[in-house]
Amino acid sequence: MKRILALALAAVMACAALAGCSSSNSGNAGNAGNNTTGNNTSDNTGNTGNGGDAAALSGTVNTEGSTSMADVMSIFTEVFKEMNDGVTVNYSGTGSGAGIEAVLAGTCDIGLSSRALTDDEKASGAVENIVALDGVAIVVNPENPVSDLTEEQIAQIYTGEITNWSEVGGNDAEIAVLGRESGSGTRSAFEEILGIEDACAYTNEYGSTGDVIGSVAGNPNAIGYASLSAVDDTVKAVPVGGVECSEATVQDGSYTIQRPFVMVTVEGTELSEAAQAFLEFAMSADAAQYIEQAGAIAPNA
Amino acid sequence: MQMKDAMNLTAAGAGGRTAGKAQVVGKDTGRKNGRKAAEHIMQVVFLICGLIAVGFVLLISVYLIISGIPAIREVGLVNFLFGDTWDSYNKTDPQFGILPMILTSVYGTAGAIVIGVPIGFFTAVFLSKVAPPKLAAVVRPAVSLLAGIPSVVYGLVGMIVLVPWIRTTFNLPAGDSLFAAIIVLAVMILPSIISVSETALQAVPQEYEEASLALGATELETYFRVSVPAAKSGIAAAVVLGIGRAIGEAMAILMVAGNVANMPSLFSSVRFLTTGIAIEMNYASPGSLQRNALYSIGLVLFLFIMLINVLLNVVLKREKED
Repeated sequence: MKRILALALAAVMACAALAGCSSSNSGNAGNAGNNTTGNNTSDNTGNTGNGGDAAALSGTVNTEGSTSMADVMSIFTEVFKEMNDGVTVNYSGTGSGAGIEAVLAGTCDIGLSSRALTDDEKASGAVENIVALDGVAIVVNPENPVSDLTEEQIAQIYTGEITNWSEVGGNDAEIAVLGRESGSGTRSAFEEILGIEDACAYTNEYGSTGDVIGSVAGNPNAIGYASLSAVDDTVKAVPVGGVECSEATVQDGSYTIQRPFVMVTVEGTELSEAAQAFLEFAMSADAAQYIEQAGAIAPNA
Repeated sequence: MQMKDAMNLTAAGAGGRTAGKAQVVGKDTGRKNGRKAAEHIMQVVFLICGLIAVGFVLLISVYLIISGIPAIREVGLVNFLFGDTWDSYNKTDPQFGILPMILTSVYGTAGAIVIGVPIGFFTAVFLSKVAPPKLAAVVRPAVSLLAGIPSVVYGLVGMIVLVPWIRTTFNLPAGDSLFAAIIVLAVMILPSIISVSETALQAVPQEYEEASLALGATELETYFRVSVPAAKSGIAAAVVLGIGRAIGEAMAILMVAGNVANMPSLFSSVRFLTTGIAIEMNYASPGSLQRNALYSIGLVLFLFIMLINVLLNVVLKREKED
């Protein structure tokens, strides 16, 4: 009897967990006539949410996906809430892949991805709206004399072909290759950009960017990667192919190890008024300052 | 009134149970019924409280089994338990072998026991038998303080002090290793080992020691030949408790072990069963094989801990019988 009760409870818990992300899309009854879906650029930022009609907006915008976008989303949510009292923006950090899946399956309004969409994903109807950029900085200990690494050298270090700093102009010391755990957005972006997915030989893996920075700061043999916004004085960001990692070089594209923060919508599916307004707000020039507050880089500012 | 009743009851208890009952019944049947109802209600409340604890254990067990089985079934029990590669996020060919984690957990726990038990055991002997009372009064609170330090603080100190020390001393590229984890775990299990063994040693009847001393044994001979054997099941319980603590710890070793699922060796980066779950759960998408496999790791860990609990109960039962 007790066992049956426990089983039932377990089932209820499992259902509750699953239901968490599916309770969306209830608020998008009235679609505005001027909605154009599939807007791939930041051109049509007509009503940025602070006009008179926008005040009447209400409903819920469910967003889901990249955990790397948590900071950006939390500021966006806060600011958007101030502008539109009636709108609630929900964010659940489940990872880029899950976010794209969710928006394609219709279980959320806007998917969040911290990587560019693949051709497959675009073929199945996903539309890429780039709201921000993020540079992935290659960090070493400040004591490390290495002053420049090429993308190829970094790839070789991470795949274990180069194991000693002397091979890239540093001291004679074995390289400690540090990175994030599998599934992390930063790690996926880093490995994808360098084309070394599933081929990395890490010395250590850490569960957060802070741990990576902390370990690199305390270890003269270490190399690691971290979001540009997380880099501080305790570590040195190495130029890649002669280009310093900075906001300017990420923006103009000359620093190559960078990734976009993408809001994913679905071709042919109309967004609710609230969701459309939120997307337009995120793509607008006004959003740039909030993106910077969150430590990311606005695409065209 | 109630005071008086209680006194009556005590008096009755001393004099004879039936007489007391008769007295109460004779006094007031209505009040007796009311009290009986109150007793009954409280019993139900206690029962519910007890059932809540049991319910949660059952809930967790059933939930773990339900969510842990699918991945094991998909990967295959043998491949899962004895596969030597864990590469859960590989897009083309993910691997779900947890042998490296099982071995790491076993080695790490064994290492912590090898270092922690002698230190803890001698500290317990020292505290209960040898130490002058004033010194014991300083050491004992220090030990209990050690038990109160949150595990994340152990991890932090390990990360900032121990890991760089290991790196420079053994000339390694990075100090995060099984060795660092073993040292942190050894320190973490000290308090439980010390306090449980000390209690066991103090429970040894004084006559044993006095007899031994009277027969001409020295004090140390008495402690190690008489007191310790007399307290051996309590000390064994302390060791098992230490094992339980060590195998279940996650946060502290997450910060010092390096977390790459290598086959364990003393100075390489390793991943424990616990840290394997902790580090990947954040990003494992719901319903994926990766997440299910993490539940399966939880199930394996759960079975380990059940096993240790059974062992502990056997040891404690034997102690009672002694």
